Amino acid sequence: MSLSKVAAKAFMPSAVRTFASSAVARDVNITLHPQSFEAYKCDAPSLELTLKKEELVHMYNSMVTMRRMEMASDALYKAKLIRGFCHLCTGQEAVAVGMETALTEKDKIITAYRCHGFTYMRGGSITSILAELLGRKAGISGGKGGSMHMFTPNFFGGNGIVGAQVPLGAGIAFAQKYLGEKAATFALYGDGASNQGQVFEAYNMAKLWDLPCVFVCENNRYGMGTAANRSSANTSYFKRGDYIPGVKVNGMDVLAVHQAVAYAKEWTVSGKGPLLLEMETYRYGGHSMSDPGTTYRTREEIQHMRSNNDPITGLKQRMLDFGVVTEEELKAIDKAARAEVDKAVEESKASPEPDVDQLFTQIYIKGTEVPHIRGREPEEGIRF
Amino acid sequence: MASLIRSARLASNAIFQQRLPAKLLHTSAKSHYAAANSPPPAEGFMPGVANSKLIKHTQHDALRNPELASVANGETKKMNLFQSVNDAMAIALATDDTACVFGEDVAFGGVFRCTMGLSETFGRDRVFNTPLTEQGIAGFAIGMAAMGSTAIAEIQFADYIFPAFDQIVNEAAKYRYRSGGEFNVGGLTFRTPCGAVGHGGHYHSQHPEAYFAHTPGIKVVVPRSPIQAKGLLLASIRDRNPVVFMEPKILYRAAVEQVPVGDYELPLGKAEILQQGKDLTIVGWGAQLYVLENAIQLAQKRMPGLSVELIDLRSILPWDVETVCNSVNKTGRLLIAHEASKTQGFAAEIAATVQERCFLRLESPIERICSFDTPFPLIFEKFYVPDMIRCAEGIERAMKF
Repeated sequence: MSLSKVAAKAFMPSAVRTFASSAVARDVNITLHPQSFEAYKCDAPSLELTLKKEELVHMYNSMVTMRRMEMASDALYKAKLIRGFCHLCTGQEAVAVGMETALTEKDKIITAYRCHGFTYMRGGSITSILAELLGRKAGISGGKGGSMHMFTPNFFGGNGIVGAQVPLGAGIAFAQKYLGEKAATFALYGDGASNQGQVFEAYNMAKLWDLPCVFVCENNRYGMGTAANRSSANTSYFKRGDYIPGVKVNGMDVLAVHQAVAYAKEWTVSGKGPLLLEMETYRYGGHSMSDPGTTYRTREEIQHMRSNNDPITGLKQRMLDFGVVTEEELKAIDKAARAEVDKAVEESKASPEPDVDQLFTQIYIKGTEVPHIRGREPEEGIRF
Repeated sequence: MASLIRSARLASNAIFQQRLPAKLLHTSAKSHYAAANSPPPAEGFMPGVANSKLIKHTQHDALRNPELASVANGETKKMNLFQSVNDAMAIALATDDTACVFGEDVAFGGVFRCTMGLSETFGRDRVFNTPLTEQGIAGFAIGMAAMGSTAIAEIQFADYIFPAFDQIVNEAAKYRYRSGGEFNVGGLTFRTPCGAVGHGGHYHSQHPEAYFAHTPGIKVVVPRSPIQAKGLLLASIRDRNPVVFMEPKILYRAAVEQVPVGDYELPLGKAEILQQGKDLTIVGWGAQLYVLENAIQLAQKRMPGLSVELIDLRSILPWDVETVCNSVNKTGRLLIAHEASKTQGFAAEIAATVQERCFLRLESPIERICSFDTPFPLIFEKFYVPDMIRCAEGIERAMKF
């Protein structure tokens, strides 16, 4: 799809049928743009949805906070406080936020290296995320992992090996089915990772055993520096499950994401087997901090997406159109998010580095360690 | 012996404390950051390399090497390691019509700039991007090489090579053997950046040569410098066996030498004695050699007159048993240091072979200075790798046994 079409799609005014003043009734009936979805071997999700005002505010607040957090990460990286490999999700906020608002704590998510936003939505505090990036004790993994290594009880983590998390998602979904849980697993990967062989191995197992697994391709158009059409023979990622139905979703519209994820959850939990979702999204920054992100795409393209297709601006405009919030209320949210992130930056910077004996922990379960972890020289090492 | 293996609580032993006068380090005070606001390069910094005596700073120095006799009358050019790797591939592409270079983002130059300009010079049909599919890249390369072509495949980080492990171990390494010589993948070379860079964390730091050294049928090579990288890579590409060529990524920019511009190869399976000595043999490879160079200097301050023989193994498989054992028979002592963790690291193989061959000549236990037996850590990297102090202490221990 051409850029102009994508841009047009995001900003087509949605029809709002009924809404009362924000002071009284809080349900907002929304009609999504007709081009929000494209279905493969299944019906498209309904374009009608009803959300509470609070839910819309929560979505907005989450996206704004997430972007602030990533901007703070960017600044900490450039101040050389964060080292190593760091992948920001700026521009892709709608995926993590729309997904979380449609799920419950029983549902599981697993994703790849661009994981900060999902960690936040799955309950990770901003301080714990930033502290992890900084390699500090207050980090969500105790500072042991850094950027790609963040986890919460129902979030099986970021993963640094491209595509490796996808079959794990199938296994998590199998356990859910086996345990009789009415919940689904969402296994995310990018357009780049979609070409890894194990993605297709996971598809097969998931369909063979009708697992409640939703494979979610976050298509941000570039796998590192390679455009999707240069790496993938079929860029309709939602059709690549062949025997698995799929839905393409406007991933720049948090409401469309929410609706598609709710649909996918219902689909899988009702026993119809796996489903593919392709979230059409866009990252504003480079693949990682060492990639300026401008050598394989034009600055105009990035600017165009920012100004015409931004998920935060899009939702903001809708909320104003719906009349559920005022400009002032949104400004207050922006301000509060900024203050919250600023506070978290200070807290995470104040956290000390983890104790050095943490080098040896969590390799094996406590009490069953390899008796002697050998060090660099005979005197070093540790005995359990 | 048992006393040598006594364990000690790390924290209480204060062994993590930096105990070295700064002047002993080959560090340069000038800023290594290009601009205050630019992030550090992904390959990290290794400041000591710039002043290393192992680096050939002048043309005269570079061409004195008898192994470079074929280009002794030619020109040299200042290159860092990624430029010399690039140069080797350019020569391979120019001299072999069947040669192709491919991998993730290589058409743009690759994340470490090793393939910069090659697609412009040799065409996008010969230098091209692959999807992110390591197992696929490996299998594809094996198929191409089985047709008799020269396949130069890049795995973007050695940490990512494990999805391709099956293809390399079961397909590439055994093709000639299992087809009774009908097929082979001799034209196959995997290039992959490896090693610690200061901030790589779990998945961008590993040095997995030992996994591959366990596989008959492939060769494994680790260069230490730009001159070495060019000659060894050309030899690896032209060697009619599959080769896994691991490039210490911290040296990509840090190591700069006068590299012969001509076409030359350095021998595979042959170690190089970098420094003659009579008291102790030290074996290393890749970036660890610069740590060892500093460790030797430090040990010599503490033990004046100490004479050390430093050997760059260069090829991990096959490795040069003769050169190492001849040296140990002369010195009676051996220290091996590598960045991979100790248990089942390649130092174990060297130590086992040396005790078979040199048992009666050994005057101290063979020292292995390796990384901890833990996953590669992010924040604890400086405590994990076999640094200069540990290596220097190993030298002292071996000498005072």
